[in-house]
Amino acid sequence: MNLLNFWIAHRVDMLGAVAQHLLLTLVATIAAIAIGVPLGIVAARRPRLGAALLAFANIAQTVPSLAMFGFLVALPIIGGVGARSALLVLILYALLPVMRNTVAGIQGIDRAAHDAGVALGMTPKQLLLQVELPLAMPTMVAGVRVAAVVGVGAATIAAAIGAGGLGDYIFRGLSMTEPTLILAGALPAALLALAVDASLGWLERAMTPGAAGSGRVTVRALTAAGVTLMLIVMGSVVVSGRWGARVIVGSKNFSEQVILGELLAQTIERTTDLRVERRLNLGGTFIADQALRSGAIDVYVEYTGTALTAIFHQPVSRDHADVLTRVTAAYAETGRTVLAPLGFNNTFAILIRAAEARRLNLNTISDAAPHTPVWKAAFGYEFLEREDGYKGLVRTYGLRFAETPHVMDLTLSYRALAGGSVDLIAGEATSGLIKGLDLYMLKDDRQYFPPYHAIPIVRTEVLIAHPELLTAIERLAGRISEEAIRQMNYDVDVNHRDVAVVAQEFLDTLPQAP
Amino acid sequence: MNEPAEIQFDHVHYLAPGGAVILDDVSFTVERGTVLVLVGRSGVGKTTILRLINYLLIPSAGEVRVEGRATREWDSIVLRRRMGYVLQEVGLFPHMTIGRNIGVVPRLNGWPEPRIQARCRELLELVGLDPSTFEGRFPHQLSGGQRQRVGFARALAADPPVILMDEPFGALDPLTRAELHREFRRIQEQLHKTVVMVSHDMGEAFALATRLGVLDQGRLVAFDTPEKVARTGDPRIRMFLEAMPPVPVIPSESA
Repeated sequence: MNLLNFWIAHRVDMLGAVAQHLLLTLVATIAAIAIGVPLGIVAARRPRLGAALLAFANIAQTVPSLAMFGFLVALPIIGGVGARSALLVLILYALLPVMRNTVAGIQGIDRAAHDAGVALGMTPKQLLLQVELPLAMPTMVAGVRVAAVVGVGAATIAAAIGAGGLGDYIFRGLSMTEPTLILAGALPAALLALAVDASLGWLERAMTPGAAGSGRVTVRALTAAGVTLMLIVMGSVVVSGRWGARVIVGSKNFSEQVILGELLAQTIERTTDLRVERRLNLGGTFIADQALRSGAIDVYVEYTGTALTAIFHQPVSRDHADVLTRVTAAYAETGRTVLAPLGFNNTFAILIRAAEARRLNLNTISDAAPHTPVWKAAFGYEFLEREDGYKGLVRTYGLRFAETPHVMDLTLSYRALAGGSVDLIAGEATSGLIKGLDLYMLKDDRQYFPPYHAIPIVRTEVLIAHPELLTAIERLAGRISEEAIRQMNYDVDVNHRDVAVVAQEFLDTLPQAP
Repeated sequence: MNEPAEIQFDHVHYLAPGGAVILDDVSFTVERGTVLVLVGRSGVGKTTILRLINYLLIPSAGEVRVEGRATREWDSIVLRRRMGYVLQEVGLFPHMTIGRNIGVVPRLNGWPEPRIQARCRELLELVGLDPSTFEGRFPHQLSGGQRQRVGFARALAADPPVILMDEPFGALDPLTRAELHREFRRIQEQLHKTVVMVSHDMGEAFALATRLGVLDQGRLVAFDTPEKVARTGDPRIRMFLEAMPPVPVIPSESA
């Protein structure tokens, strides 16, 4: 009953996530109704325009949601990270069923009733309001029902760009390969979808003309539904507490980043009166950087080497001080301030199984080079793409592998290595899984990998508005050693302990602010 | 009560959108208070005549005049509200109670609610349905004959001078139909509307019409009192009359 315990322990967070999930779905569905119904009415009257509109909605529906989110994040103004982009995608998804059913509903009404309305002298508007829409209503509600259920599902993916909701648990669970966490998010999401489906199904039946005593029941049903929706919205707003949030802390989508985000958030909460909103688990470097640029988040922790090469596209450098100076300058030019490094260096780690290292007596990457032609390797997407990643590594050490390296999610690659389906991966020096899965980190004896010191990046604007942020975050400066972060990663990834608790325990070990 | 109106067809041609000739040079005048019944085979243009009067269709050539004004000069909404229309399929609004169905046009005209309700009860009684039983029911809870009566009541609701009826007693059993014919004659004696009715039942035509129009291949081949039409020697009409089922009812005044 891990799952139950988890829910009980995180009931406030869970409620917030459910509320946020509902709010996202609800706002998207309402917006889709507001847009889709008028479009549907127009489409029902002008078949050619209607066909074009439906074709557009159809195409929007077929774009995979993750691709759509990824695309939107990069767009200026309408895009970016957070609830706004998520809503846009959810609205696009909800549009098709709402619009299609409005068209079908209006075109499908009893021809005689329509003709009677015209023949009795109704104006087009009267005909629409008194005959067409009421008769199309059950079909339209069926469309809204589909839209809402699809929305509940799609909203889980919205967590990938920091919109929150139950998807947060699923993504966190996936990145930690922790089934309890995945279920903790997936199960309520499924139940939510069923509940939404059932309640709208009931509404649909209540609105069907000729259903047992429709008339007044319809009015009552609508009123009840309206009041319920209002309550849910207001409740969600209160619970999710988005209003008046001040500082938004972000992080990328792996455990260490979430821990660092949580550390930042808690430090700020402990030492200032600022309200903190967490948008952790945002995706890769690209998305986190976009989020910071657009103001969707105010602060997150980046690594010097990553910033230099992946964000600012500058040539790789092996000199720690030089990298820090150049990164600080580049961030300053784009309105962001680099605060003092946290202390540890999360460089890439070329990992093999510890047993293998002992058997072959391997200590360095150079030692391993003669063996790699019979080994299989797996790397994350980012490592394969990056300037300081795969290509330079094989050149520097003259590595060759038995077959083209597998491309795989970073966390999964640890499991693949431990399980023996690959023999070498590029992980992180600070990963808790190194200890947890009994892996061995080969020494980078030719100093190929540049330094990856953890540095908090803050939007300068926010720092000026809230100077107390500086004091709060600098309390962490130089305080997080490699052992400390590896232990925290181990606690979260291997012992499946709660991130907030792990962060809190660590902060308790720091000297208290005067 | 409004003055009954008169309807005129002046060399009206009507071509279907595909170009097929539906009406070919049709002219006639319907005097106030007349019950004109149009008969003819299916697809001969009877319903087209009703739709032209209601300005649901526009003549391809010629003019349809209502109260001396061409239909195209009328505001179509105003024109339609001066006519009750009983559709072939009745066309009651399935989402409205009988009461609301009958009250549709008065409500569109902005009558006060108590007056609409009083009118509704009055009309239900007129068409022989008990108001307290039927007012709150929905169309699907009624029999075919009851729906026809409600359709007729709805057409009368705002007291329009003209009533258009498209095979209003079509799909009914003979007993119900005879009963409705009696009701119709009784009501018409009270109200003296100008009525244009489409039928393909010669018996019905002779039972109700004060003028009988026979349509054949888009042309009006007869337009006269029922007795004169019955006595005509025109082979097209004779052939048509003989193809019809036997005529059981001749209005008493023609004897």
